[in-house]
Amino acid sequence: MKKSVLLGTVAAAGFAAAGASAATLDDVQDRGSLNCGVNTGVPGFAAPDANGEWQGFDVAICRAVAAAVLGDPNAVNFISTTGKTRFTALASGEVDLLARNTTWTFSRDTDLKFDFVAINYYDGQGFIVPTALGVSSAEELDGATICIQTGTTTELNLADYFRVNNMSYEPVPIENEAEARTQFLAGACDVYTTDRSALASVRVTYPSPDDYKLLPEVISKEPLGPLVRHGDSEWGDIVRWTYFALVAAEQYGVTQDNVAEMATEAGDNPEVNRLLGTEGELGAMIGLESSWAENAIAAVGNYGEIFSRNIGEESAVGLERGLNALYTEGGLQYAPPFR
Amino acid sequence: MTTLSDPPHADGFRLSLLVRDKRYRSYTFQAIALIALFVFFGWLASNAIRNPVLQQAGIDFGFLADPAGYDINQQPIPYTSQSSHLRASFIGAINTLIVAFLACVTATVFGVFAGVLRLSNNWIVGKLMALYVEMFRNIPVLIWILIIFTISANVLPQPSAFRGDDPEASPILGVAALTNRGFYLPRPYFTNGIGAVPDDVPADGGAPVAQEVASIANWLIVLAVFAASFLAVRGVNAWATKRQNATGRRPSTFWTNLGLWFVPIILTLLILGLRWEVPELRGFNFQGGILARNSLIALWFALSIYTGAFIAENVRAGILAISRGQTEAAAALGLRPGRVMSLVVLPQALRIIIPPLISQYLNITKNTSLAIAVGYMDLTGTLGGITLNQTGRALECVLLLMAFYLVFSLVISAVMNAYNASVALKER
Repeated sequence: MKKSVLLGTVAAAGFAAAGASAATLDDVQDRGSLNCGVNTGVPGFAAPDANGEWQGFDVAICRAVAAAVLGDPNAVNFISTTGKTRFTALASGEVDLLARNTTWTFSRDTDLKFDFVAINYYDGQGFIVPTALGVSSAEELDGATICIQTGTTTELNLADYFRVNNMSYEPVPIENEAEARTQFLAGACDVYTTDRSALASVRVTYPSPDDYKLLPEVISKEPLGPLVRHGDSEWGDIVRWTYFALVAAEQYGVTQDNVAEMATEAGDNPEVNRLLGTEGELGAMIGLESSWAENAIAAVGNYGEIFSRNIGEESAVGLERGLNALYTEGGLQYAPPFR
Repeated sequence: MTTLSDPPHADGFRLSLLVRDKRYRSYTFQAIALIALFVFFGWLASNAIRNPVLQQAGIDFGFLADPAGYDINQQPIPYTSQSSHLRASFIGAINTLIVAFLACVTATVFGVFAGVLRLSNNWIVGKLMALYVEMFRNIPVLIWILIIFTISANVLPQPSAFRGDDPEASPILGVAALTNRGFYLPRPYFTNGIGAVPDDVPADGGAPVAQEVASIANWLIVLAVFAASFLAVRGVNAWATKRQNATGRRPSTFWTNLGLWFVPIILTLLILGLRWEVPELRGFNFQGGILARNSLIALWFALSIYTGAFIAENVRAGILAISRGQTEAAAALGLRPGRVMSLVVLPQALRIIIPPLISQYLNITKNTSLAIAVGYMDLTGTLGGITLNQTGRALECVLLLMAFYLVFSLVISAVMNAYNASVALKER
């Protein structure tokens, strides 16, 4: 009898635990809000503004998904994650979606059991140095002291780059952007290295940005994108196609301003009609309302609008489109057909 | 007549006896508690097994043999980014022990001084020490670590400040440079002794240059000489005590002891050809010498000064626990205050001080895990930080981390308990 009580309890606890990981879409809809993992504060990508509202390029993905799934771009709980806590947060179900400048790598996709659903920013690792240092190339950095965020792919790229080029360096590991700022501005490290987009973004927040410059070398491929847990393909599809909807919207000239008008009745372009739900049943296929893409675009604008508003050349961060232009303009952003 | 336990009933065993009968009752409740404990752990285990993360990845320690891929700045043993995760973990473990050892020593020194001085009759000294204790033990140690680190990073000059014909900063005595990246100190090395290599004669016929001896055996020789000096000094002291007991007069041993300490070691160092490598500014940083990194210094100093405040209170408690009559009796015998403290009060107080001191040493060792706040690569930084993150093997890394800290703590505890047993009051 004792034994059966024990086993019964164990089994009951087990069923309760197993049920938790099923359909993320149902969980999000039941909860009425999306738990989205973002950075701890990188201006332009994810940072709270003066009113405490999260703003940024990665934040826009969270809001677009919330708008597509729940119809409300503000139904998002933003959860700050560091380079060290982000994967545990996603794997354990604390967040439904991680949109946090995370590099898509083989081992993260396979060994860590995540699914990268898209690449929203094609990046590469770079270096920032004080102009006064008189360095013009990363190849002159032999013996330098380098600040590096721990737990990132940049740490491994840096080790590889210096080993391959037969140079030595002194790594100063740091945990977050704030610490990097303190150390780099105090001159405790000569160089700060991370993704070039992040470097450009933090440079504008330095007291005198002109005293610092980015070195020309890009030492790695850093395809950054949103990711979800492995094994829930329906949820992965929703995030992936919400993102593609934003890219397609830019290609077909659907903007935050004209989306409501274009969605009222079918227009000339059949693909836009399918995207906005005036033709066909794409929304039902993905398990959402027919206005899912319209909601997402109305909430945050198309990919180009998100880019220029948060990190583009008109914004404080001032990044070029470069690789992140549409494929029609020589970039890599490409949405498969909505059909 | 009443008895404590009822005599066994002849009519056999009934189920209600399990609760009613004193002979069985305790077993019943213990069995229930045991079952509850098993169910609880069973629930924990089943929860872990059914955890989606574990179900997908399983438990596998194979990653420890893979190349780590990242660099570590403070390397007590040789390491490159191609070494294994296991080696990186060991580097972290050694770094943890280094800072824990240094902090235990200095915290004890701070603590004993502050504890004794807080009882001083001098009002200012007493209040200053009270201020120290209350200030440092009432602010979290992480804040102290960050404060000290930030101050040293911003106040001390950068290495580039030492450059140029008219530099803003210059090394202390020309040999030790204090920078905001760390303290660059001269490094001693030997040019003779075991494993000596012939002098390098320059091709242009200049004076021969003595080459460094790589063998660590020479340092063991130095240690052996120290140990011999220590034993000799102990011998002299024992002889002096014996004379004192026999004749009532203690022979002066000061100069003999001083000689025994210094003459052999100076001779040894001369024979081994001691030289100093002075750090020089080359490129971005000082090269050569020993680098005590900013992160090590901040962590070491913060842990010592924080834990020193707690130890000071232990010391004060130990001293106050010795009856005032002891001090007065010693004074009546004509002992000076310093000798009263060192010969009468402290030896007795030690018995009270040491048990809580063990806890403080364990606290220091565990608090070193805050090292990542300043980028010191301790065990939590390597195994529990970068390795965990790069491999994604969270459960395995945390289990290993727990095992490492448990072993450290148990060893410290065992050593200190043995010491405690040796100074404890011997009851016969």
